[in-house]
Amino acid sequence: MQLNREQLLAAWRMMGTIRAFEDRVHAEFAAGGIPGFVHLYAGEEASAVGVCMNLDHRDKIASTHRGHGHCIAKGCDVPGMMAEIFGRASGLCGGKGGSMHIADLEKGMMGANGIVGGGPPLICGAALTAKTLKTGGVAVAFIGDGASNQGTTMESYNLAKAWMLPAIFVIEDNGYAESTASNWSVSGSQIKRAEGFGIPAVQVDGIDFFAIHDAAAEAVERARGGGGPSLIHVKLNRYHGHFEGDAQTYRAPGEIERLRRERDPLAHFRRRVTEAGLLEASQLDAIEAEVATAIETAVAAAKSAPMPPPPNLLTDVYVSY
Amino acid sequence: MAKKSFRQAINEALTQEMRRDPRVVLMGEDVAGGLGSPGEDDAWGGPMGVTKGLMPEFGRERVLDTPITESGFIGAAIGAAATGLRPVADLMFVDFMGVCFDQIFNQAAKFRYMFGGKAVTPVVIRTMFGAGFRAASQHSQCLYPLFTHIPGLKVVIPSSAYDAKGLMIQAIRDDDPVIFFEHKMLYDDMDEVPDEPYAIPFGEANLTREGDDVTVVALGRMVKLANEAADALRRDGVACTVIDPRTTSPMDTDSILESVGETGRLVVVDEAHPRCGMAADVAALVAQEAFRALKAPVRMVTPPHVPVPFSPALEDAYLPTAARIVEAVRGVMA
Repeated sequence: MQLNREQLLAAWRMMGTIRAFEDRVHAEFAAGGIPGFVHLYAGEEASAVGVCMNLDHRDKIASTHRGHGHCIAKGCDVPGMMAEIFGRASGLCGGKGGSMHIADLEKGMMGANGIVGGGPPLICGAALTAKTLKTGGVAVAFIGDGASNQGTTMESYNLAKAWMLPAIFVIEDNGYAESTASNWSVSGSQIKRAEGFGIPAVQVDGIDFFAIHDAAAEAVERARGGGGPSLIHVKLNRYHGHFEGDAQTYRAPGEIERLRRERDPLAHFRRRVTEAGLLEASQLDAIEAEVATAIETAVAAAKSAPMPPPPNLLTDVYVSY
Repeated sequence: MAKKSFRQAINEALTQEMRRDPRVVLMGEDVAGGLGSPGEDDAWGGPMGVTKGLMPEFGRERVLDTPITESGFIGAAIGAAATGLRPVADLMFVDFMGVCFDQIFNQAAKFRYMFGGKAVTPVVIRTMFGAGFRAASQHSQCLYPLFTHIPGLKVVIPSSAYDAKGLMIQAIRDDDPVIFFEHKMLYDDMDEVPDEPYAIPFGEANLTREGDDVTVVALGRMVKLANEAADALRRDGVACTVIDPRTTSPMDTDSILESVGETGRLVVVDEAHPRCGMAADVAALVAQEAFRALKAPVRMVTPPHVPVPFSPALEDAYLPTAARIVEAVRGVMA
């Protein structure tokens, strides 16, 4: 599918925002300002953006513990996300969720999820809502290679097909479920698994924004047209550990440096659009600078925002009483 | 007023709410039954026939049979609730919660709080519970204490057909996830049930007997036994107040404390296991809040802390009885 200049600039801005956001969270976590568990998406940006650029306000996504990229790609407020990660009252969830539970239902973002395999059944429900209320919407589950082995994921394939739901399963296979390699933990193939359920499936290269975008466009079209679920197996890489603080001794020496050098989705995008004469390098640079400023502002705002007041501990549960 | 069974009462509540609100859908294994089979449609009408007739009226788009896939469809019901439907999911036996508990306590229960109050999850999970059916260890448990333990869930345990209808209507209209416990030995119990829809608020106990001597708190089918015991004791001059909390989350602690303040004696009857169960919970509440009112130690009447046995001889020995409640009341009166 041919994207126009504006769309390409938007894709670049979004991928750049995710990268800058994650690299900054990495640094802030190391500096000690961020509590709890954080799982970063840097290196995987083309997947979230390539998929979500095909979605609109009718559509829902469910994410994973590695959810910042999906949130940004689905339009969540970036300063609100940063404040949430810092545990502040101004966070998207009022500081009650944190990195692993950022959600914005109004944006169709059904939450990052602390449970591996938590999302697939939920998007079957979101897809059922769309089908029942005839909204024309679709629902997408982002699934790690680890979650692809959970029973919930395979139950969801079966249910989505049995109910012919407008559901899309995107397996983001970054090669490692925590520290365990997916080439060991995943028996058989993701594609054949899906095909076993009668679900059309395709594998794409996770550094190639365009390939992901096109695969998602086809899946979204199928879903909106009543053709039922699809699966996209994205082979990609993560630059940071499973969680921040993970020493990653399970990775090969020099592996991450090589990936950054040879398999970077942003570098790939830049090369493609400049070589084809679609965008100027100066345009990309200008957006990068704007993004850096925006992230700087978001971090400063988050750090100076107040913590939630203690009475908030007891709100948002049984609010009807 | 018409007499209706517990089963009819729930069916009527579901039917009336589905007529009222097109967002209400029903899903579960065999809630209609017969899907894709050569024989009858609506073949089962749900486990124990509770949802019979709903599919013919509302169609398969709103009465959804599922594969046997509890994590999948309970999760889907929760996801649908978070995005605009008001699903009622039928989990058949509460014992099967083991297969899909994550979706309930890590997803549904947490959304509203964890997302800073920006999500509602109006899902009702109906489920059968309780012993007496000779259904053995994996089809007879109570388990509502597990759900009561989880903030964010509402837990409803009707003890009569009248309550079942009113509480089911409230459950469907509620914006929080509700686990609705139906005792399998109560389905044929008859009660006066109004034809028109009515909602019974959660967190309001029902006093099924009133008396000054002893407070008896009971849940579900145990309310019947507590009433029988109270009636027998009344003939001997001992007056009991029987309190049915109806919901354990939220729970009407005020009614319990007020009554114990008057009687000074408490017997708690629960069909769930004694350790970390509702009986222990109510006993702890009274120990903390009404200790000085007590004239005797609190007594708990529960099954022993063992799985539910199969053999009728053993199951009958397992379950609390009206006689054991009478004995416990006499114990606190002594």
